[in-house]
Amino acid sequence: MISYIVRRFLYALPLLMAVNVLTFILFFVVNSPDDMARMQLGQKHVTEQAIQNWKHQHGYDLPLLWNGAAQGGERLTGTIFYQKSVNLFLFDFGISDSGRNIGADIRQRMWPSLALAVPSLLVGLLVNISLALLLVLFRNSYLELGGSVLLVMLMSVSSLFYIIGGQYFIGKLLKLVPISGYDTGLAALKFLILPVLISVAAGIGSGVRWYRTLFLEEVEKDYVRTARAKGLSETQVLFKHVLKNAMIPILTGVVVVLPLLFMGSLIMESFFSIPGLGSYTIDAINRQDFAIVRSMVFLGSVLYIVGLLLTDISYTLVDPRVRLN
Amino acid sequence: MQVLWTDALVYLLVAAAAALAVYVARQQHMQRPLRKIAASPVAAASLTLLLCFALIGLADSLHFKDADSRGNEILSLLDLACNDMRAHAEKTYSAPFATHLYAKENIAMPDGSTRWDYPRLQHGGAHLQDPQHEWAGDVVAKTVGGLSKGGGLMLMVMLLSWGDRQARGRAFCAAASAQAVWATLFIVVTVSYALFSLSQYYHVLGTDKVGEDVFYQTLKSIRTGLVIGSLTTLVMLPLAIVFGIMAGFFKGWVDDVIQFIYTTLNSVPGVLLIAASILMVQVYMANHPENFNNLLVRADMRLLFLCLILGVTSWTGLCRLLRAETLKLREMEYVQAAQALGVKPAMILFRHILPNVMHIVLIAVVLDFSSLVLAEAVLSYINIGVDPTTHSWGNMINRARLEMAREPVVWWSLAAAFAFMFALVLAANLFADAVRDAFDPRRVERG
Repeated sequence: MISYIVRRFLYALPLLMAVNVLTFILFFVVNSPDDMARMQLGQKHVTEQAIQNWKHQHGYDLPLLWNGAAQGGERLTGTIFYQKSVNLFLFDFGISDSGRNIGADIRQRMWPSLALAVPSLLVGLLVNISLALLLVLFRNSYLELGGSVLLVMLMSVSSLFYIIGGQYFIGKLLKLVPISGYDTGLAALKFLILPVLISVAAGIGSGVRWYRTLFLEEVEKDYVRTARAKGLSETQVLFKHVLKNAMIPILTGVVVVLPLLFMGSLIMESFFSIPGLGSYTIDAINRQDFAIVRSMVFLGSVLYIVGLLLTDISYTLVDPRVRLN
Repeated sequence: MQVLWTDALVYLLVAAAAALAVYVARQQHMQRPLRKIAASPVAAASLTLLLCFALIGLADSLHFKDADSRGNEILSLLDLACNDMRAHAEKTYSAPFATHLYAKENIAMPDGSTRWDYPRLQHGGAHLQDPQHEWAGDVVAKTVGGLSKGGGLMLMVMLLSWGDRQARGRAFCAAASAQAVWATLFIVVTVSYALFSLSQYYHVLGTDKVGEDVFYQTLKSIRTGLVIGSLTTLVMLPLAIVFGIMAGFFKGWVDDVIQFIYTTLNSVPGVLLIAASILMVQVYMANHPENFNNLLVRADMRLLFLCLILGVTSWTGLCRLLRAETLKLREMEYVQAAQALGVKPAMILFRHILPNVMHIVLIAVVLDFSSLVLAEAVLSYINIGVDPTTHSWGNMINRARLEMAREPVVWWSLAAAFAFMFALVLAANLFADAVRDAFDPRRVERG
């Protein structure tokens, strides 16, 4: 088990390297640092000197991949690629193009993201699973038919409409909670209710359908028939046997998103102006701050890989048939 | 004629879809699931609706230079059909069927004084002498007239086809799915006939901030949604099929390399990769303005690039499925037999593997379509989607956000985008369900 985990970590290194090269190509090879400088300083009336200053300030005045002017190892290390990539592996994200410390920003903005993402995930799971079980309990009835039609309709509505509709009806017409904003500590609670509610509502359509197919698959297995033959009621069968056995796919689906919760949701956070990592990324995209976007891409891939690893490990814990080697 | 990049690809896509349809219909093992889809009323009705959307999208994909105007304005067939709506621009917001503007203004009276009131619209309801009294009757009369004319037209067509005395035709018409198709067609044709005839006199869905007709905007947005949904699959399919089948069939280092590529792509958060690429294109276009002088060409380039990027980020899922299926297939007796007989690998892939993974491809394509249409709206909202000048539902929603804060609320843009998007995505979802039920072997067993 330990050796498996170590091997997986070693396998993650070339992956992260590849991600790094990919973002490097996207940002630096197609756009030269000159273009970036012009973008940041404004298109017109930029003197050559200003561009040189900006590049020097942000460490973009080196060659991209190969420094012919330097000596020895410097030829590799004295390049933008080396300078801007190696530190990422040490989780030192450096300074953004607008001059702020990215690492400090991330540490600070991670909490609002978590405060929004964790309740959304938990409440969403609870609602989706109970609704799905309800549909399975009443299978082959009009309730199920109606429910399935409703689910397809809920799925067909863009998440943007859930947000706009929720903000309008709950926030503006009923004035139950503030429309957007954020506060520190417990005061943040009233700002978080609406986004959590909306993200749960937006996920019901696809979520319930997914869990419903999981349960339906499980319901037709032999052990369920045995349990019924034993004289258990349908509710007991569902909650004791089916739910327990369907926990494995549910759990693995949840574990893989756990690390990604740090990243927050781009859309929810920017709509509700919650100062988390999602809105941080969107702001960076809009300001064309390459250093931040690149750090976030890297962080995202690290978390994704960690999530996959956690999934595999959780498999062995839940299902004794799985052996990692 | 002016062929934009996406236009050319749309034609190519139509040709490819037609070829695929002919190919699939001829395959023996595809016949049963296809018949199952054809027999389902829901699938038939949603396919009809999808084809109506596609027709509008195709009409919007035939571009040519406007001969009348001196500038180099590029128009499409749809623009021509909606000439009235396009030309009838107002000053600013006006509600659906309104005769007056939405905001009060200083109006110069004939006697030289000014009055603070809602001014009349230039085009909406301009034919009315006394809007206050005539308006309601006129709207009802024109709506009923349009509906009955459209309905009558459709009834005539239906009668003609019903009069077809051949036994096969009669049996076909009696089927539940055929009735669903006729019902859908009847509703769509009648309503759109009424809307089009009304739109000459009124702004059926109101106007937006710069006074552009919202109905026209939603119609134009159809093409963007369809292009994103379908062109992306065109980009994604070859990558997924070639890589997936090769990884499964050749195993060894080929498999390793392909797996490495798709794990890398998968581990980058999709939205961020899209954002990065779109950012790159923007900077590139800003630095090379000489190649992108026409606004439409520029927006089209960005749309095409968005499809490319979405395709590159979304082929990994299908690729993995195809790899697993190929791994299974290559151990089958008939493939082993072909190998033992010395058939070339390329031939085996083409003859035995490809036809047998086609159902997975089909399911993936229909399932992805609706999520891509929805993704377009979200991406446009965070400014990394289509160009802001392109008509798209995402852009409409994005603009509507600020209108919701107005007092009184400007709701019609949002409602129009919602209704059209909902109709398209719902039809796509229902059709996808039917296709999946028919082609997924696991579901067939269950009955």
